[in-house]
Amino acid sequence: MTSSRDTVMASIRRALGVTSQEAPRRFEVEERIARHPRGVLPERAQLPPDERIALFETMARAADASLDRLATRDEVPSAIAAYLRARNLPSSILRGADPRLADLPWQREPNLDVWIGPSDGRQLVGLSHAYAGVAESGTLVLLSGPDNPSTLNLLPDHHLVVIDAADVAADYESVWDRVRVLFGPGVLPRTVNWITGPSRSADIEQTLLLGAHGPRSLHILLVG
Amino acid sequence: MHPASPTETDAGKTPRVGLFCTCLVDTLRPSVGFAAAKLLEEAGCEVDVPRQTCCGQPAFNSGDRATSRALAEQVIVAFEGYDYVVAPSGSCAGMIKAHYPELFVGDPDWMGRVDRFCAKVFELVSFLVDVRGVARVAAAYEGTVTYHDSCSGLRELGVKRQPRALLATVDGLSLVEMGEADTCCGFGGTFCVKYPQVSDAIVGKKADHIDATGAGTLLAGDLGCLMNMAGKLQRRGSPVRARHVAEVLAGMGDGPAIGEPAPSGKA
Amino acid sequence: MSVEITSPAFKQNVAHALDDVNLQTALAKVGPGFISRRLGAADKMPEFEALRDSARDIKNHTLAHLDLYMERFEAKVKEMGGHVHFAVDAAEARDIVTDICRRLGAKTVTKGKTMISEEIGLNDHLAARGIEPVETDLGEYLIQIRGEAPSHIIAPAIHLTKDQVEADFRRVHADLPPERDLSEPTSLLAEARGKLRQRFLAADVGVTGANFLVAETGTSIIVTNEGNGDLTQTLPKAHVVLASIEKLVPTLEDVSQLLRVLARSATGQEMSVYTTFSTGPRRAGDADGPGEYHVVILDNGRSGMLAGQLREMLRCIRCGACMNHCPVYHAIGGHAYGWVYPGPMGAVLTPSLIGIEKGANLPNASTFCGRCEEVCPVRIPLPKLMRHWREKEFERHLTPAPQRYGLGVWGFFARRGWLYRPATRLAMGALALLGRTRGRFSSLPLAGGWTKYRDFPAPEGDTFQAQWRKRKERETLARAEAAAARGDAA
Repeated sequence: MTSSRDTVMASIRRALGVTSQEAPRRFEVEERIARHPRGVLPERAQLPPDERIALFETMARAADASLDRLATRDEVPSAIAAYLRARNLPSSILRGADPRLADLPWQREPNLDVWIGPSDGRQLVGLSHAYAGVAESGTLVLLSGPDNPSTLNLLPDHHLVVIDAADVAADYESVWDRVRVLFGPGVLPRTVNWITGPSRSADIEQTLLLGAHGPRSLHILLVG
Repeated sequence: MHPASPTETDAGKTPRVGLFCTCLVDTLRPSVGFAAAKLLEEAGCEVDVPRQTCCGQPAFNSGDRATSRALAEQVIVAFEGYDYVVAPSGSCAGMIKAHYPELFVGDPDWMGRVDRFCAKVFELVSFLVDVRGVARVAAAYEGTVTYHDSCSGLRELGVKRQPRALLATVDGLSLVEMGEADTCCGFGGTFCVKYPQVSDAIVGKKADHIDATGAGTLLAGDLGCLMNMAGKLQRRGSPVRARHVAEVLAGMGDGPAIGEPAPSGKA
Repeated sequence: MSVEITSPAFKQNVAHALDDVNLQTALAKVGPGFISRRLGAADKMPEFEALRDSARDIKNHTLAHLDLYMERFEAKVKEMGGHVHFAVDAAEARDIVTDICRRLGAKTVTKGKTMISEEIGLNDHLAARGIEPVETDLGEYLIQIRGEAPSHIIAPAIHLTKDQVEADFRRVHADLPPERDLSEPTSLLAEARGKLRQRFLAADVGVTGANFLVAETGTSIIVTNEGNGDLTQTLPKAHVVLASIEKLVPTLEDVSQLLRVLARSATGQEMSVYTTFSTGPRRAGDADGPGEYHVVILDNGRSGMLAGQLREMLRCIRCGACMNHCPVYHAIGGHAYGWVYPGPMGAVLTPSLIGIEKGANLPNASTFCGRCEEVCPVRIPLPKLMRHWREKEFERHLTPAPQRYGLGVWGFFARRGWLYRPATRLAMGALALLGRTRGRFSSLPLAGGWTKYRDFPAPEGDTFQAQWRKRKERETLARAEAAAARGDAA
């Protein structure tokens, strides 16, 4: 019996007039995947580091994220505490086990409860560490893994994200290059989240409202 | 958008223009044809009107390729001897320029010939401005007008700034832009009779935009769209009068507007 | 069963749509918002036109090598611990999903927005087998509780007003206090969020669509603003991706190009809020994520489109810009099109998937204004492809008889100038005489479609060609007389 797979593949080949065995076609496809050529890159983000980081900040704010620029990582716990106080939120956050978060001087905010693990939807505030930022659109790039549960990005009402200014790239393509170095060619973690601003919907009469299913607020702690 | 074709005629010689008058102008509103001829002559062209019928667009858009192709051949044969072919319609000029080549794909006997032909086909107002370098017209028209961008002219031929540039030089005329001037009026050739209800809904919105300008006159570069909009405005009892832009540019905007009776005594 | 097809009853659908006050109220907001937002986004990106070219070229390249990229994609998904299932048609796709749900003992299935699910009629199929599908995209949720189909591919409930939504919530969320205030969209959103949050956490299987599939990495991508797709695919035991064959792209760089034009064309955003790349199931050590990852690849007639002109339609990335800019869509909304895909893209795709016999109205119901092609991020020549269907219809003698007859008579005359010119002169002369007093007609035989809604101008009189020739003859005569007079004088 012919499988559906074979039927579909045969139909594609028939319509294209190919056998899939053509050496030049196979070569072209292998080459494209191996070389993964970049296409058109927007000029707007091809900037020296300082301006690139400034663009990231502008674009993230334009996407309705809020942002604190911090000089050093040591300031992160206090910035978080201040964020919670300013919004009358309980002094409690949930984060992943990521060492970049674990190493922060949490002792500076003794009243801040820091829980570790994935979210089950009961926590108001989640904290993640971004792998990279993209200046072009103010986008955060987060990678899932044992220390970085993706539920943290989605279930809490407030999503706080730490990002190193040095990790702000001009464009998505620069981030893919880094990811390939980290995981090897052709491999991604289970989930790569690009996040550009807080959750929203315009499904009721096209009125844009923040906080649809995901976080109502996205707060970026940009370090460095 | 479309630079002048560098032909030998540009070097001072009077270009011979074949006026493709279009079916609608031919049958319903010949004054547009005369206005077009006058504008072309004033722009230094010698105008001729060879015997013609239709560009074939109704057949083409109805899926009848054989008839479209036959009519295309007929048009090419009738007009290819001229330096330029000009139509007071973005729709018909667009049909020829943008779509004739599709009708001859894979026919080596015709392909080069069709491409050469299409290169010298133009919509009237863009021809005046872009090819003949006309920067102003000697015409007067008292009142406020609004201008509708017909779809084919706008999107297939890039006709947008040219009519506005020339209208700005008409004495006494002021242009007020309508909302969504570049949205379709709902004419769509055979569409308006195949789906009259939808067409009516679209032209209804267009008429709202026209009325909202407070302009006394509606202008456009295509008689099909104009008839559609004028017919809707008149049915609603709107006071807005509709004319082809060529009539006003040629200083011939004093005759009856579209759908108005001729002064008594004249047929 | 698949979604009911009412495309053959397009004209009745149109009449209904034009009379629907709620629909017309909702539609009035469609054009201006979407159009200005897209334009704003395009203006802010100087490379936008170059990106559109790039997007088109990537899709063309992929489609020309679809067999090979498909092999690569399948191999990568397997390598990363996922499963790929091929479905020749809708029935197979439904069965694949049902089998996965049954094996996992699923009672509820949460769903991200997927048009493929609409195409294959998945919800009714699951419900009939005791598995409850829960739509989680707010728009999809709204229409699910109303028992309707989406009327737009990215804004499924765009045909509804706020008041309708409020009435539906009061009807369906009967456990909530009846005196609660739902007058503002924010309160409606908050209520939906609360209701659906419970469903996300309780779901056994999550079904999403895919905006793209990446061959390089075996990845599926969803793009959302709400975050519902992420919750749908992250929380349950299994993530099932429904995707049609043309969703493939070669590499992460290629998909980055396409993502740059997708949101800008769709909603005018620089980037949608959540762009999520999913590769295989939860990894060893992961604290969350689905235990299983399945990709269902649906053909359902698309492979045949690769053979001819319609291949261009397979570039479509479902941004909705064509319908957002379509005057016909603005007038009648999406439901009138009578199947899953409305607007210009539907006018081309629907006949390809359900047959031109049933879908013939759709490619005909276009003014060919060209605005869809003007804004299409992958430069699909939509009017040309609609014309392709009109040609097929004409070739197969499916064109309605009066139209075909009318065209035939007109064509007969237009091809014979020697008959056309006297005939038009005669006809115009007669009409001019008839319409002389008013200058226009409010009814005309054979033109009822026109004159039911608008006046028709009376012709001025003789045809332009005849008048031109008369004038030329007079001029020639005058010149000859002048020459003769000069001759006499000399």
